[in-house]
Amino acid sequence: MFGKLTLSDIPYHEPIIVGAVGAMILGGLVLVAALFYFRKWTYLWKEWLTSVDHKKIGIMYIIVALVMLLRGFADAFMMRSQQLIATSGSEGVLPPHHYDQIFTAHGVIMIFFMAMPFMVGLMNIAVPLQIGARDVAFPFLNSLSFWLFAVGALLINISLAVGEFAQTGWLAYPPLSGIQYSPGVGVDYWIWSLQISGIGTLLTGVNFFVTILKMRAPGMTLMKMPVFTWTALCTNVLILASFPILTATVALLTLDRYLGTHFFTNDMGGNQMMYVNLIWAWGHPEVYILILPAFGIFSEVVATFSKKRLFGYTSLVYATVAITILSFIVWLHHFFTMGSGANVNAFFGITTMIIAVPTGVKIFNWLFTLYQGRIEFSTPMLWTLGFLVTFSIGGMTGVLLAVPGADYVLHNSLFLIAHFHNVIIGGVVFGYIAGLNYWFPKAFGFKLNEKLGKCSFWCWIVGFFTTFIPLYALGFMGMTRRLSHTNNPDWIPMFVIAEIGVFIILCGIAFQLLQLFVSVKNRKQNLDLTGDPWGGRTLEWATSSPPPFYNFAETPVVKERDAFWDMKEKGIDHKKPTQYKPIHMPKNTPAGLIISAFSLTLGFALIWHIWWLAIVSVIGIFVTFIVRTCNDDIDYYVPAEEVERIENQHFQKMTNQA
Amino acid sequence: MRQKNYLGCVKKLALCATVLLLSGCDSMVLMNSKGQVGAEQKYLILTSTWLMLIVVIPAILMTLIFAWKYRASNKQAKYSPNWSHSNKVEAVVWGIPCLIIVALATLTWKSTHALDPHKPIDSDVAPINIQVVALDWKWLFIYPDQGIATINQIAFPKDVPVNFQVTSNSVMNSFFIPQLGSQIYAMAGMQNSVHLMANEAGTYGGMSANYSGHGFSDMTFTALAMNSPQEFDEWVNKVKASSETLGRNEFEKVAEPSQKNPVEYFSSVEPHLFQNIIDKFAKSMGMAGTGE
Repeated sequence: MFGKLTLSDIPYHEPIIVGAVGAMILGGLVLVAALFYFRKWTYLWKEWLTSVDHKKIGIMYIIVALVMLLRGFADAFMMRSQQLIATSGSEGVLPPHHYDQIFTAHGVIMIFFMAMPFMVGLMNIAVPLQIGARDVAFPFLNSLSFWLFAVGALLINISLAVGEFAQTGWLAYPPLSGIQYSPGVGVDYWIWSLQISGIGTLLTGVNFFVTILKMRAPGMTLMKMPVFTWTALCTNVLILASFPILTATVALLTLDRYLGTHFFTNDMGGNQMMYVNLIWAWGHPEVYILILPAFGIFSEVVATFSKKRLFGYTSLVYATVAITILSFIVWLHHFFTMGSGANVNAFFGITTMIIAVPTGVKIFNWLFTLYQGRIEFSTPMLWTLGFLVTFSIGGMTGVLLAVPGADYVLHNSLFLIAHFHNVIIGGVVFGYIAGLNYWFPKAFGFKLNEKLGKCSFWCWIVGFFTTFIPLYALGFMGMTRRLSHTNNPDWIPMFVIAEIGVFIILCGIAFQLLQLFVSVKNRKQNLDLTGDPWGGRTLEWATSSPPPFYNFAETPVVKERDAFWDMKEKGIDHKKPTQYKPIHMPKNTPAGLIISAFSLTLGFALIWHIWWLAIVSVIGIFVTFIVRTCNDDIDYYVPAEEVERIENQHFQKMTNQA
Repeated sequence: MRQKNYLGCVKKLALCATVLLLSGCDSMVLMNSKGQVGAEQKYLILTSTWLMLIVVIPAILMTLIFAWKYRASNKQAKYSPNWSHSNKVEAVVWGIPCLIIVALATLTWKSTHALDPHKPIDSDVAPINIQVVALDWKWLFIYPDQGIATINQIAFPKDVPVNFQVTSNSVMNSFFIPQLGSQIYAMAGMQNSVHLMANEAGTYGGMSANYSGHGFSDMTFTALAMNSPQEFDEWVNKVKASSETLGRNEFEKVAEPSQKNPVEYFSSVEPHLFQNIIDKFAKSMGMAGTGE
């Protein structure tokens, strides 16, 4: 009846897990109770759960990303604390069985369930507005993408309470992740949470690729697109090209585990090196999927807050495209130590270094945007300046790792760990938080608290260096990654400093949460009534904050690169049209939510081998999909009078403000 | 005022970090290499870093200087809101990184060939052969020429090249002695190789550098670099005095998963054991498992 699942799979004897799960269940119950008490179920269902509005979906992505950031950080905190305690022969508080799950979960959560949704969320909020569109190309697909992703995130959290998570490292190299060496359900949780959320990501890629190519406002040629939209386009090309590789690779591993095939096993002709190649053929483009949109955000922020046109737009675009293409021919640098010949290693080392050229060009373009500007040190700008300094260092250590001769001693060391946190925190996280501060008023209609935002920034950057400089040093001291306990007295001072750094980052996160809380509480004082709180340059600032659900009452016509800036200079921004027209909009639908709910039971059933439930779930998915496909009542027209009413409200607010 | 406080904090932290880094120099094993390969790698790391600093230092300085000089409150600074293109600047920002990458690429091509782990080390002395088998979670070392085997300990004279042939009997591991130089993956059914040589006598820590399961953290061994061949011979004799031997059946027992395995000596070892360990994975498909 319940497949492999028995009562003993619930780890009620481990106090840390019981505490965490208890807190999660309690939090969930409080939320449900609150929804009943305030009678918000209908609101939640109509306005959020079934919404196909790209702005709301974007907000939901970012909420999940922030929650998962807390979970991922809790893992990081436990890892650093374990390494601090478990020295000189002590085993620490976390046995390998638990510790190994934590470092695996930390990597999986931070990449797939924190960075990816944060990026997709920002893209959802900003891209359609930047190109003057009313929604994405496939609104229902967008809702489905989000809910499939949410299911993946949910599965990984269920693994905490029921069963276990993978103990293999975040990329689950076989043969360790094969059924022979990992017979438990941990790797299966890894497989299905990645596969289900991966389909969501792939659909997002299709959706935004089409949206950007087909739905731009009239006059917006490719070379007039805002840089963030350019980076989003390149990221979606990367998603389209690389995520199928991940899906196929994980599917082959699934066949090995479920049907006893031998794609990646030690014996019967299996080839573990093939898996490592394939997973990195996805994995390296993946880091550019994350960083390119961050580069886009920095480009927007640096121009806006320097009150100056972006320097070298063409150069930046070509650099972005170059990185997109080059990112596919460098994957082997993740395993120079596998034993390839010198020619192969040198080739991939050099292609990797070549990426440093367009990346360096971007840095200098941002620097020359600052040059002769009027720089306002707002929170997004601070994150950008912090990025420029931090990322330069991370880039340098990255090129060092790309030299195979050096990598032979630095590979898998804490130097490597410090390097990729240097670029992912210093680049991706700084970028997304800059983007959150930058677009928050657009999404919600009020600004975030600047003072707390700045406190958060200083804690993050100081905490980052305090944590990771010691890790660089530990790499030179010969410490390898993923050790649950160590026995080297020279390393202890470094563990202590790194632990202090973690506490400083914790303060940074606390300030962020406080910033959100205080800003919501005092929102009346920080209202953005004009829709253009920063003196913006691109189209998203041309509409109100938050934008009406149809984004633009009249599709804007683009003449220049900084379209909204151009309109402001010509004095044609916020012009009331003589006549409003009805607007064609998609209807909300619960289909995405229902398909995803069946995907959740499908994933759970496959993990635990509960075959009847798997069959029921598959039927449920198909039936929902067919019902949705046969439904022709999926769109409607907003009457012109309704549009006029909403627009007049906005104009009224603006006049009051003036 | 507040800005100054921040800067003060950052300065203090930087100072602390520098002091710690300098005082920890002896423990920086990669910067204090005792092996020929490792010493070349140290030189390579330093050269590449200096080369890159040519771009990185100006980038960081420009960030700080530009941000300060063109702050909104400084009305004296020039303001060019529409300046967004300059062929001269573009030439420099594309040109200089390109030149540095050309230099680095040349260095990379040469050093990758010079430091190729499969390349034997040039020496007048005959090398020592050691066959390495990664087990769950310990290292088995076979000396085919001496006919002995050990667990978690190796020895060799200094200034004598050591040829390591590396495989795994279970999952993927990475064979690594940080203070001597390069690491290499150990994979089942395959034979990998790495060549190292100690320039100084001493005891060096070795480990697996690729996570391999629950016993991974204790999968360490010691490498004894001895002063003279005589000293090495004495060590071999000590191993030969052991009452344990390593045949096929004993190997199966040794290969059972174990953690924190103590050092063990085997006075004799079955011939071709290493090749048999490789072949048993490959044979099921009739394929030879010697591809490097």
